Amino acid sequence: MAVFESQELRKPPISQVGIVHWLRANLFSSKVNVGLTLAALYMLYVTIPPMLNWMIFDANFNFGEFSLFGFEFGEVMATNINCGRSAACWPFIYEKFDMFIYGFYPRDLVWRVDIVFAMAALLFVIARLVRNYQHKSRFFLAMIIGFPIASFFLIAGGVFGLEEVETHQWGGLMLTLIIASVGIIISFPIGVMLALGRQSDLKVINFFSTIYIEFIRAVPLITILFMASFVLPLFFTGGVDFDKLLRALVAITLFQAAYFAEVVRGGLQAIPTGQYEAADAIGLNYVQKNALIILPQALKISIPNLVGSSISLFKDTTLVLIIGLMDMLAMVNMTANDIHWMGRETEGFVFVTMTMWVFLYSMSRYSKKLEVRFSTDHKN
Amino acid sequence: MKTENNNANIIQINNLNKWYGEFHALKNINLNIKEGEIIVVCGPSGSGKSTLIRCVNFLEKFQEGEIIVNGTQLTDDVAKIRSVRSEVSMVFQHFNLFPHLSIIDNLTLAPIWVHNESKEEAREKALKLLDRVGIKDQAEKYPNQLSGGQQQRVAIARSLCTSPKIMLFDEPTSALDPEMISEVLDVMIELAKEGITMICVTHEMGFARKVAQRIIFMDEGQIVEENDPETFFHHPESDRLKLFLDQILTH
Repeated sequence: MAVFESQELRKPPISQVGIVHWLRANLFSSKVNVGLTLAALYMLYVTIPPMLNWMIFDANFNFGEFSLFGFEFGEVMATNINCGRSAACWPFIYEKFDMFIYGFYPRDLVWRVDIVFAMAALLFVIARLVRNYQHKSRFFLAMIIGFPIASFFLIAGGVFGLEEVETHQWGGLMLTLIIASVGIIISFPIGVMLALGRQSDLKVINFFSTIYIEFIRAVPLITILFMASFVLPLFFTGGVDFDKLLRALVAITLFQAAYFAEVVRGGLQAIPTGQYEAADAIGLNYVQKNALIILPQALKISIPNLVGSSISLFKDTTLVLIIGLMDMLAMVNMTANDIHWMGRETEGFVFVTMTMWVFLYSMSRYSKKLEVRFSTDHKN
Repeated sequence: MKTENNNANIIQINNLNKWYGEFHALKNINLNIKEGEIIVVCGPSGSGKSTLIRCVNFLEKFQEGEIIVNGTQLTDDVAKIRSVRSEVSMVFQHFNLFPHLSIIDNLTLAPIWVHNESKEEAREKALKLLDRVGIKDQAEKYPNQLSGGQQQRVAIARSLCTSPKIMLFDEPTSALDPEMISEVLDVMIELAKEGITMICVTHEMGFARKVAQRIIFMDEGQIVEENDPETFFHHPESDRLKLFLDQILTH
C-alpha cells in the first residue's frame, strides 16, 4: 500500500487558451467549418457594406436649420426630390415622426401620451431601484392596477376635463404598445386559469378548458380578428356598437390566453408530484397549494416561453392593420402616400423594424434577468 | 355511520383494501395504533408499506375498508381530510422541500396558512425546531444549497412545525448517502423519546430495534407478521420473514 502526496495546481497548456485557440476551435476546426466560415464572411461582405452605405454613409441626414449657442447649423431641410433614390432619406422619418408614434392623435394633445410614456419609464426605473422585497410587491401591485387606469384616462380623455379622443384617432407606436401590453397582461391570468383548468380533476372544467385551448390554437389570429371585427357586430344588431379597438383587444386577449395556457401547462407538468404531495400533506387547500407552491415554480420554469410567446404576440399586433387599425406598421404606407414624400416606404419599414427590434430585444434581455433573479440554485 | 370510539387507539385501520387498476395493492389490512406508539413497517419493495402509510393521510385513496384517525373517519370530504392532515405530518423519501422557498419559509408556510399563526410566532417556533435538528445557521438558505441529510432534517423540522399528533415517515433515509443516514436517524430517535405517535417505513433495522415498540412485516400487500422487536428479530415465525431477515441482516 502507498500514500500519495497532493498534487500542485498547474496552468492549462498554451494550446488550450487564447485567441488562436478560439479561432481554431470555433471557426477552422475542420474542412467543412473552414468552408462555412469563408462562405459566411463572403455573405457579410456582400450585404453589410451596401447596407451601411444606404443607411449611413450615402444617406441624407439634413434635418433643417437649427441653432445652438447662437451658432447656426445645417441648411434648409431636404425634400423628397433633392434626397435622391439611391440612399436613405432620413428627413422623411424626422418629418413624419409624430405619425409613427401617435398616429392621428390630435397634435395639441399628444402631451397626454407623452406623460404615459414618461410614467412607464419612471416606473421601470423605480422598480429597478426599490430593493426591499416587501415594498416591492406592494409597489408592483399598485403599478399593475394604477398605471393602466391612469394611462387609459389620460389617453382616452372624457373625464376630469380632459378632451375625449376617440379610439379611431389612436395610432402608431402608441397603439402597438397598447394592444401588445393589454393583450399580454390581461391574457396572462386567463391563461394560467385555463392551464390549471386543463389539469383539473373536475371533468367539466377540464373538458371546457381543453376544448377552448384546442379550438383557439387551431385557428389563425387573422381569422379571429376578422370574426371579432366583422362577424360579431352582425349578432349585435340592436344598437350595440362595440368599439373597433375593443373588439381587436378582446380577440387578441382570447387568442393569447390559449397560448399562455399551453406554456404554463408545460411548466406545471415539470413540477414533480412530490411537490403536490408535500403541499397536500401539510394541509394546504387547492388555492393555497397552487398559489404558494405549484405556480411560483411552474411560472419560473415557463419564463423563457412566456416571454417568447409575448414577443410573438407583439409582432402579431401588426395584423390589426387588416381590420383598419392604424398601428405603427400601417403608418408606413400612410406616410409614404403623402404627396410630398411619395415612395419612401423603405425608410419607413427600416425605421419600424429598428423600433420593434429595440422593444423585442429588451423583452428578451429582461426575461434573462428574471430567470437569474428567481433562481434559487447555487446562491452562495 | 357509527364509529367505535376507542380513545386509546389514535389510528384504526379496519379491513382496508386498495387497488391500483387491476393490481390488488393492499389486502385486508387491520391495524390499531395507540397514542404515543412507535411502529416500524418493513418488508421487501412493492409490498405495499408506503401505500399503507400514504392511506393514513389520504394521499392515496382506497376502495374498501375504513381508516379512523384521531376520531375522524377518512372519506372524500375535503374538510375532514384537511383536518386530519393538520394533525398528521409526513416525511418523504425525497424530502419534497419547496425549492423556491428559503428553509425558514418552508417551515413557516403551514403554521401561517393552515394554522393561522402570526408570522413572528411561526418564525420563532421554526428557528427553535431548526436549532433542535442542528441547522439553525442555514435558515435563510434554499433547499438546493443543502446536503441530502440536512434537507431531510429540514423536512422533519417542517413536519414538526404544526405540532402534529402523528408523524409518518416514508423511507426517510433511503435516498441518502450512507454517511448522512445517521444524522437523520439521530433526530428521529430524539423524536421517538418525546411521545409523538410515529409510523415509520424503513429498512434501517438498527433503528427499528432501538426505538420501535412494534414491528410490522408486510409482503405482497398484506401484514405477514407483527411483533415486538425482540421476538421479531430473534424468533421470527413466518418463513417469509425469516428469509427477509436473512437477506438484509447478513450483509
